[in-house]
Amino acid sequence: MPKRVGMEVSIGIAEAVKLCDVDVISAYPITPQTHIVEHLSELVANGELDAEFIPVESEHTAISVGAGASATGARVYTATSSQGLALMHEILFIVSSMRLPIVMTVANRALSAPINIWNDHSDIMAERDIGWIQTFAINGQEAYDLTFHAFRVAEDEKVQLPVVVNIDGFTLSHVIEPIELVEKELVDKYLPPRKPILTLHPDNPVTMGPVGIPEVYTEARKQLEVALMDSKEVVVKAWQEFKKIFGREYHPIETYKTKDAELIFVTMGSITETAMLAVDKLREKGEKVGLVYIRLWRPFPHEEFYNAIKKAKILAVLDRAISYGTNSGPVYTEIRSSLFDKKKKPYVQGFVAGLGGRDIPTERFFEMIEIARSAAEKGECPQYIHLDVKED
Amino acid sequence: MAKIDAIVSWKKLNLGAAITEPGSARQFLTGDWRTQRPILNKEECIRCGRCWIYCPEAAYNEDEEGYFICDLNYCKGCGICAQECPVGAITMTLEET
Repeated sequence: MPKRVGMEVSIGIAEAVKLCDVDVISAYPITPQTHIVEHLSELVANGELDAEFIPVESEHTAISVGAGASATGARVYTATSSQGLALMHEILFIVSSMRLPIVMTVANRALSAPINIWNDHSDIMAERDIGWIQTFAINGQEAYDLTFHAFRVAEDEKVQLPVVVNIDGFTLSHVIEPIELVEKELVDKYLPPRKPILTLHPDNPVTMGPVGIPEVYTEARKQLEVALMDSKEVVVKAWQEFKKIFGREYHPIETYKTKDAELIFVTMGSITETAMLAVDKLREKGEKVGLVYIRLWRPFPHEEFYNAIKKAKILAVLDRAISYGTNSGPVYTEIRSSLFDKKKKPYVQGFVAGLGGRDIPTERFFEMIEIARSAAEKGECPQYIHLDVKED
Repeated sequence: MAKIDAIVSWKKLNLGAAITEPGSARQFLTGDWRTQRPILNKEECIRCGRCWIYCPEAAYNEDEEGYFICDLNYCKGCGICAQECPVGAITMTLEET
């Protein structure tokens, strides 16, 4: 039996990156991502990890150096948070468009202003459309496991795309959890060395990221979109393979007590485990409630999502970010758009809560049920409700 | 279906729109962007080659007599050559349409 070890999740992720035999780590420290790259820096400095650790002067450079290294065929890892992710913005599109399979952990944190180092999803939601594969971990074990999965998927011959693994800042990054560590031999079996299709090498000159005149640009974008949509199949297969080798099972969409559920909560990230507790408590009272949580955010698994919720009457969708200037959070918009053409669909009520580290206790889910039920009965025009904001 | 102004199908485009054929920019004639063309006065030209050095398109080539001649297939008409010529041997004139 593999050993379960109590360790900080950030350290666990760094250990996973080590087992993936990365060639280059290019990173700039930012709370709450810091412990991941600090530990990697130590591993490189003390000779435990044979990689180049490049301590750059900004996140814009962190991802730019990563892009260059990845273009030469190296296996590249980076990590960031919040303002750091925002500073990477323009290069993130370039990495996906140039089909560079970089893996990045984002320790999700609120965006300024006001300055806030705590957890929500506003950083990654602002980067929703960067063309990267995006997964969300609900606990330390997932944060660890999804790291191996990310490299495997990113470097797959059919995919060749970068991957973001989202872990909630502090609630995951700084928490000590029991993590079942994996053996190096099994990682080697799961993750073969990278076989790049094109590399920068003087013997075979290649121009990467050239000018895309109007007669080319559309086709380049189409190629990226199709690659991202098609990657879902590989994402799923890589999880199936993961189960065979490591024993733990993952799917794009997960369900919890949804079999007879009339009302289903929808969550992403670590708040999912609080939602599970809330479901348990509500079930004790005889409420037919369940939970669906999204592990694969991009490409969005529309079919799997519909199959998971189609029997429910009401969905209560929890967003950890606001999409300003419209009637929704980004997850809520996604789901309503996904269900629009379905003849049979539940009433969807959106909620926003837990911005900038505000705690979401189980009671908040009890409130969500009341509000969603009442709204569904009245058939009111759907709007998101900001749950935990002080009005008076 | 209306005509689509594209060079290659997305299915056949290299991964990430990479270019694998060296020197392919030569096939892309940028001369039709030009609104002004450089005219060289050989009587004033001292064959120093500054136009050749400064041209951002590498449109100038040296001929057998040592003069630097602008290839109008590539010249975008930016006028840097005329600006940099130390003897004023190059003048920019409006392209006739």
